[in-house]
Formats: sequence, structure tokens, C-alpha cells
Amino acid sequence: MLDLINVDYSTQIPNNVGLAEDRQVLRGLERWHPGYLDWWKDMGPEGFQESLVYLRTAVSVDPKGWAKFDYVRMPEYRWGVLLAPQEEGRKVNFGQHIGEPAWQEVPGEYRAMLRRLIVIQGDTEPASVEQQRHLGKTAPSLYDMRNLFQVNVEEGRHLWAMVYLLHKYFGRDGREEAEELLRRRSGDADHPRMLGAFNEATPDWLSFFMFTFFTDRDGKMQLESLAQSGFDPLSRTCRFMLTEEAHHMFVGETGVGRVIERTCKAMKEAGIEDPNDLTKIRALGVIDLPTVQKKLNTHYPLTLDLFGSEISTNAANFYNAGLKGRFEETKIDDDHRLTESTYPVLKLVNGEIRNVDEPALTALNMRLRDDYTNDCAKGVERWNKIIAKEGVNFRLELPHVAFNRQIGEFRDVHATPSGVLLSDGDWAKARDSYLPSSSDGEFIESLMQPQTEPGKYAGWIAPPRIGIDSKSGEFEYVKIHE
Amino acid sequence: MAEHERKLASGAERIDFQTSPEAYRHWKLSVDGDIASLAMDVDENGGLFEGYQLKLNSYDLGVDIELFDALQRLRFEYPSVKTVLLRSGKDRVFCAGANIRMLAGSSHAHKVNFCKFTNETRNYIEDASENSGQKFICVVNGTAAGGGYELALTADHIMLVDDGTAAVSLPEVPLLAVLPGTGGLTRVVDKRKVRRDHADVFCTIEEGIKGRRARDWRLVDELVPQSRMQDVVAERAKELAAGSTRQGPAEGIKLTPLNRAFSDDGVSYDLVSVEIDRAQRVATITIKGPEQSPPADADAMVAQGAAFWPLQVARELDDAILHLRNNEFEIGTWIFKTAGEGDRVAAYDTFLDSHKGHWLAHEVLHFFKRVLKRIDVSSRTIVAMIEPGSCFAGALAELAFAADRTYMLIGQFEGDNRPEAALMLTPANFGPYPMGNGLTRLETRFYGEPEKPGELAARQGEKFEGDVAEELGLVTYGLDDIDWADEVRVFLEERASFSPDSLTGLEANLRFPGPETMETKIFARLTAWQNWIFQRPNAVGEEGALRRYGTGQKPVYDMRRV
Repeated sequence: MLDLINVDYSTQIPNNVGLAEDRQVLRGLERWHPGYLDWWKDMGPEGFQESLVYLRTAVSVDPKGWAKFDYVRMPEYRWGVLLAPQEEGRKVNFGQHIGEPAWQEVPGEYRAMLRRLIVIQGDTEPASVEQQRHLGKTAPSLYDMRNLFQVNVEEGRHLWAMVYLLHKYFGRDGREEAEELLRRRSGDADHPRMLGAFNEATPDWLSFFMFTFFTDRDGKMQLESLAQSGFDPLSRTCRFMLTEEAHHMFVGETGVGRVIERTCKAMKEAGIEDPNDLTKIRALGVIDLPTVQKKLNTHYPLTLDLFGSEISTNAANFYNAGLKGRFEETKIDDDHRLTESTYPVLKLVNGEIRNVDEPALTALNMRLRDDYTNDCAKGVERWNKIIAKEGVNFRLELPHVAFNRQIGEFRDVHATPSGVLLSDGDWAKARDSYLPSSSDGEFIESLMQPQTEPGKYAGWIAPPRIGIDSKSGEFEYVKIHE
Repeated sequence: MAEHERKLASGAERIDFQTSPEAYRHWKLSVDGDIASLAMDVDENGGLFEGYQLKLNSYDLGVDIELFDALQRLRFEYPSVKTVLLRSGKDRVFCAGANIRMLAGSSHAHKVNFCKFTNETRNYIEDASENSGQKFICVVNGTAAGGGYELALTADHIMLVDDGTAAVSLPEVPLLAVLPGTGGLTRVVDKRKVRRDHADVFCTIEEGIKGRRARDWRLVDELVPQSRMQDVVAERAKELAAGSTRQGPAEGIKLTPLNRAFSDDGVSYDLVSVEIDRAQRVATITIKGPEQSPPADADAMVAQGAAFWPLQVARELDDAILHLRNNEFEIGTWIFKTAGEGDRVAAYDTFLDSHKGHWLAHEVLHFFKRVLKRIDVSSRTIVAMIEPGSCFAGALAELAFAADRTYMLIGQFEGDNRPEAALMLTPANFGPYPMGNGLTRLETRFYGEPEKPGELAARQGEKFEGDVAEELGLVTYGLDDIDWADEVRVFLEERASFSPDSLTGLEANLRFPGPETMETKIFARLTAWQNWIFQRPNAVGEEGALRRYGTGQKPVYDMRRV
């Protein structure tokens, strides 16, 4: 266990920010670090804190150092504060300060705005750990269990990354916000996490895979746009976080892919052609594809909500100030100021869903969301290839943006997954054909039986093609009891 | 700044201050025993004007008109209500304050009138608490920003949900380059006694202050976890009700719709009429005295309800003033006249004075006080003309003392054999209708002769004719019929030739000698600063903060201090 009185921040916390000599950050961490460990013990993965997990740890940012694999007890994970290397002569690349040297210190006039951005991003990191804390008990294999814990410790490290920025650049207010990040709890009635999707339960492993596919991909898009920031430390932090975020989406995409693969194979083996023959398919102990679609229908709209209102003054302010850019900002060919241009936004106009040209600055949430949707669509296509390859006649589709929304333009209307508006009555009748019903939930739950034998996989999910760190699928990724 | 007039929504011809709970679009008033709930749930598409949406419980004048109506009804229709819960009908949002797009697109005159009415309505809340024992609890369940927090500031007890996110804020300076101008700055330091350096910090943090610091700095009174909010609110409501002085019956009186007719040249009610002379830019407001003696007793007064003469006059006059203020900007002079028997007016004053312990008489007195205060802060030249046939006694004489100038006829007009006009003092002139500065109008008038009001108090009930009234200093000029017409005409023409802005400033400064109160600070200091800022390019210029708000582009300021 870490000796909290005598933490050696140069070795126990891998970092490339000179932590051991930074009095300001050390003072912040002295208080925050014990609170963080308490939080991890209270809210981190339940029941496996003493297990040895084959985890990847980032000890430096160079290609050799960012993925060291070894057995680790999660509370002893070396969380680390790592920023991508500083680029010589980096500039602010968009907004009204375009062309000025990137800021190495927080500009006074943007302090509050930046702090808010960092706090919102920071709040999502521990939230997903909290949402997923019960899943270890029902892991379909040690391989999947290890992936879950890898995602969890890295979300924890991402929290460290945001807390480092708060401690380093935002003084007393920053320290208080860092405390608050540990105080809020996902789904808590009194201290909920800041964003809706992070207060929803992750009740089963299919939800976990959908979450890492959809919601962590929102995380990726947010990190991508923060990586463009004119505030250089934020940009560097986010660039390094993105290398880890890729693994989370890999877990989601391959996870859902393996569920689909297993279902299709089982159907074929049993000679079932109709993907909608739920009774027969479920009798095989696999998750039917229509239910996979329903799960998708739950997670995708919830994640669209994370992008906020279609028209957003905050997003416009963040961009114009040079704090949060667009996805791949520097690769876009325009003036990077957006004061004159427009962007088409889907809106509800007199009861019709229509594209309306809005000032591009205030429509930045939409632009990022559209980029996100394109990214999602590619992944969904890869799932469809698996289905096609197995010879099953079924396609998964992303629902329309007007479907099942809680935030923005479509929050007060009901629409089908294909975007046809429905009356309240029709929606009530059709709802269970679009979204998981309680019996769908009960069925999935019935499948969630743990499989803790090395090399064995639960019957509803296919083994991975290759393991982690070039290990095989039979490798003992988690030694549950020492 | 575009000074174009916005179009009223739904084809309305004028801003109307009459409404009733069945017609509310933005508030829900519900009453359960001695506790009422006033829930703000603003209809986004219910803006008073076209061209903006009222998102996140942001408000415009229309929202405040409903609040004003609800507060009036709580006083008259629910005499048993002791605690009012001021809350939001929306999840995790209390109120985002005045709607910025509405402000950005409004004429200067509308902004000023909107803020004035909002200030008056905020004061109504404190008046209900102080004078009628109706205690207000504000339940801040989410963001309370700008005008939203200013609304909260009027309550006796502010509860903030402690969820790590909900904050109170006054972001006007950093975000909009204007002030928290509906009492915010004043109430923070004067009412809640927030230390001035803390207030400086608070008023420059866009996102506001939440949790423990909000309580430690006295920005709120209490932090409550979401899960316990309902219980704690119920508990506090009961505690405040237990300490209330309000002892009314379960049944109040109904504030029935006013009988009102608009025409091109004015508006007429049963007891009040407004005639507008557009060429002269003058409105003559005539108030009819009572045609009958006061009711025999309190029960008879209750039975008369909204038809009880002083109440009906107050309601009609209040509506007329609001109409003129908000729809008739060019009518720069208001002339008050009265018609009827001074003795009867005095009899009503005596009746109210002897029944002031009765809940309804008490409410009528305070309402009349509020109407007079509204006149005091109206930016129009106010003149009283005291002529034969008039009844400037007691409560109605207060109109003469509220005026910037009073003209009184000595003797009779040629060919008019009505008796000479008289001015009469009653108990109404010595206490029940204080001004915003805390003094009676007579005390204010005789600020340099502090013994005078006492001397005059001994002469209640006397009929002062023009020469005596002038000698006593109760009118500006006593004029005989030879001089009258010409003097009055010259005065009105001269007045009409002055700059309306300088007149507004002149009158507002001369009307309130004597001590400062929170109210005078709000209407004078805070409002004047705000209205100055409202004219400055840093706020309202093409590149100013109000115009740039929501575009993502930073405002450009003229950095010279003035």
C-alpha cells in the first residue's frame, strides 16, 4: 500500500511535469491524494481491490514507456501525470487570438471559462468508474474483466490529469473544484455527476460495451477538441489521454462485435434464419440482434445529449476565446474564426424536422456531434460486416437524432428511430419495440453469469481474436485471489 | 443600439397589466392552508414581444406582470396565507434572470420601464413580508443567475440545494457589461450584509458561488441536500408561518376584473379616467371621490370587496399609471384632478384608520401606499390641479403632495357657482402612506421645517381654501381665475419644451430629500447607474456585450474610465 505520509512523487506517480519540485501542485496533492484513494476504495471496482490485474501502466510518454504491462493491485496503480511533449512554437490555432503564441499560463480573462471546461471534462472520468463498479462480479471472462479494470484505472488517471491542471493553474478555486470531483457521485440524488449520461446505470456488460463504444467516443471527441486548445498544458494533457481513450473504444467495439459474432454463430449452428425469432434465439443463451439494436437505441441518443444544445453560446465563447476547437481543427480549410460562416443544424420548425443554417460559431456543438456520428457510423458498419460475414440477414442502424432525446431541439417530441414524429399515445405503444423493455433487461441480466476460469468465455460472447499484450485468450489476466 | 420598437406578440396593441391566475403562462399559484407555492415555469414561447424565447426560466416584463398579479392576489384573496414558497417548476434551474435577447433588442425606454416595474414587484415581496406577515422562502433548486438571484434576494429565507452544482450568481458585469440592476447590488450589501469585498468577488464570477461558501458569505441562508429538500422546505414553511403576524380568515375577497375601456385618447374606468391631449403631450387623470359614505362596519367592507371605494380607486389608478408609463412614452406630463365630496373621502380615511387592525383595511392601506410610491418613481412631470368640485382630502391630497407642482384655484371660475375648492388633511396624511425614503409626503415636503407636519396634524379636518393652502405651503401656487388659465398654459408649454431626460433627472432628484433607504438606493443610485450603462456603447453598441451576447464573439470595450 502506498505510504501516504512519505509519498515519493517522482517514482510513485510517473510524471513528466517535475512533480517532486512543484510546491504548488504538491500542496494540492497532499490533501487530494488521500481523498482520491478513499474514493477509489469506496467507488472503484467492487470486490477486486486485492486482486492482481494484468494492467498497462503509462510511465512516460515516449513509445517505450506508455504501455508497461504487469500484475498490479488496482489501489497501487501508478496513476501518473503525463503530458504530451511540448511543441516548439505552438500557436493558438483558432478564434480571435489566432496566430498568437499558445498560452503556457492561464490568461486571466479566461480563467473561469477554462476551469469550467476542465471541471466538466474531469467530472466524467470518475463518473464512469462509479457507473461500472459492480460489473466485475459478472464478467464473462478474465480477459473482459481485465479490460474493464484497465478502462477503470485509466479513467482514474484521466481524473488525475484534470486535477493536476486544476491544482497547477487555478489556485484555491482549483483545489476546491478538485475536492468536488471526489464528492459528486454518479446517480446520487444529492450530489449527482454534472452530465446526464453519467448518472445512468450501467447494469450489464452489453451496456458497458455500448458505453465504451458510444460514450467514451464522446469523450474522445471532447478530448480531440480540447487537444486543439490554445492553453497549451490542456492541449498536451488531452493529447496524451487520447492514446489511452483509443483502448476504451476498442473494448466497446470489439465487445459488441463479439456479442454479435456469438449470436450469429449460434443461430447458424441451430439453423435459425430469422433474426427476429427471439424465443428460439434466446433459448440458445445468446442476445438476439433486435435487442442489441435496442441497446444501441438507448446509448446513442443519451450520448448525443452530452453534446448539449444545438445552439450554444458557451461553445461559441470557448471557440472564439481559443480554448476549445473543432475536431481536427488544424486540418480544416477555412478562416478558423467562423464569425461570418453558417452551419446547417437539424431543428424542429413548425412541427417539421428541417435543416436550418445557423451562425457557425454558435453551432459548434452540432459540428462536433456530426463528426461524432460519422465516427460512430463507421463502427456500426464494422458490426454489420460481422453479421453479413456470418450470413445473417440483419442490419444495425444508428437512430435518427430526433429519437429519444432529453436535451436540445427534440427533447419535447417523440420520434421513431427513423425520424418520424409520433404522438404521445403512439410513442407509448411503440416504445418497447424501440428501447429495451423490462423483460429484455431481465433476459440480459439472466445471462450475466461470471466466468472466472482462465481461457473460458460466457456463452453469449465470442472469445477475442487476440489477447492483450500479445498474450493468448487463455492467459490469466486477473488473479482474483493471490 | 437599435431603437426600433419590438412588436408585441400575438398582435397585442399595448402592454396590459391585467391578468389572473387562469390566464398565467409562466407561474403556478397554489395554496394549501396557510402556505402558498408560487412556482415559476416560464413558457419559452410566451414572450411578451416577438423575436426571442424565454429559455431556462428567463423572464421578460410579461413574466413579471403575472408575478405582480399573483402577489396582489396573495394579499387580498388569501388572507390566511402566512408563508409563500418561491420556487421553480423546472428541474435543476431556478431562474436565469432577465432574458438577454429581449434586453438586447429592446428600446432604452422599454428596458428602463421593465427594470422599474421589476424593482417595484421585488419590493412588493418585501412589503408583504414586512407589513402583512407573508413570509417568503426561496427554494433555489438549481442555477439562480442575475435577475434570478435578485428575485431570491427578496425572500426572507433562501435555501440552496447542495448538489455541488447549483450556484447563485450575479454575472452581469463579467458577462453582459451591465449591472445586477434590479436591486441586486443593493440587497447583497444592504440587506444580506455580505461583506463588500466578498460582494466584489461574487459579482465578478460569471459562474457564481455554490455550496458552503455561498452560505458562509451570507448569499444564501441554508444548504439542503436534494433528497431532503421537500421535507426541509415544509419544515421551514411551518416555522415561518408560526412566527407570522398574519391572522386573516380563510376566505379573502376576489379581485374581480377591472371595468376598463380604452380609446384613442385615453382610458376610462368606473372611478378613474385618463384623457390624453397628444398635441400638448399631457394626460389628465381624474379620480372620482366616493358617492356613498363608508360601509357601516368591517363586515360590510368585506362584503363590498373589490368595489370598496379606496380599493377600487387604488386598482384603477395603479393600472392607469402602468398603462401610461409603458404605452404612452411621449405623454410627459400627468395632471391629477379629483371630483367629488372631500368630506366623504375624509370619512373613508377615518374608517380605514379606525379599522386598520382588520386584515382588509390593513391591506387596502398598504396597497394605496404602493400606488402612491409608484407615482413617486414615475418619470413624468406630475401636477395636481385643485379646482372647484374637486375632493383633494386625505388620501387623495397625497396625490397633490406627490406632485412636482400643485396649482390651486382661489375663488371660483367665472360662470361656475360651485363652492371654492378646498384641501383637507386627515389621518391619511400623517403616517399610513410613507414614501420610499421612510417619511410621509408632508415630512418630505417640509424637510426644512420639521415642526410643520406636527402643526398641520392639529388642523386635520379643516377645509383649506386656496389662499390658506398657499400660505401653509401645501400648494405651489394659489391663483385666481383671472391668472389661472394663462399661468397653467404657460407652465405646461414651458414644461413641454424641456428635455424629457433632464426633467426625469430633475424630478427624481428633487422628490426624495431626506434619508436614504434600501428602496431609495435601488431607485436612485442603482437604477441611475444602470440606466447610464444601458446607454453606453460598452453595453449596447454594435460591439457591446449585450449585442454580442450569444454570438461567441467577444465584446469590444472603450477602455477609458469615465
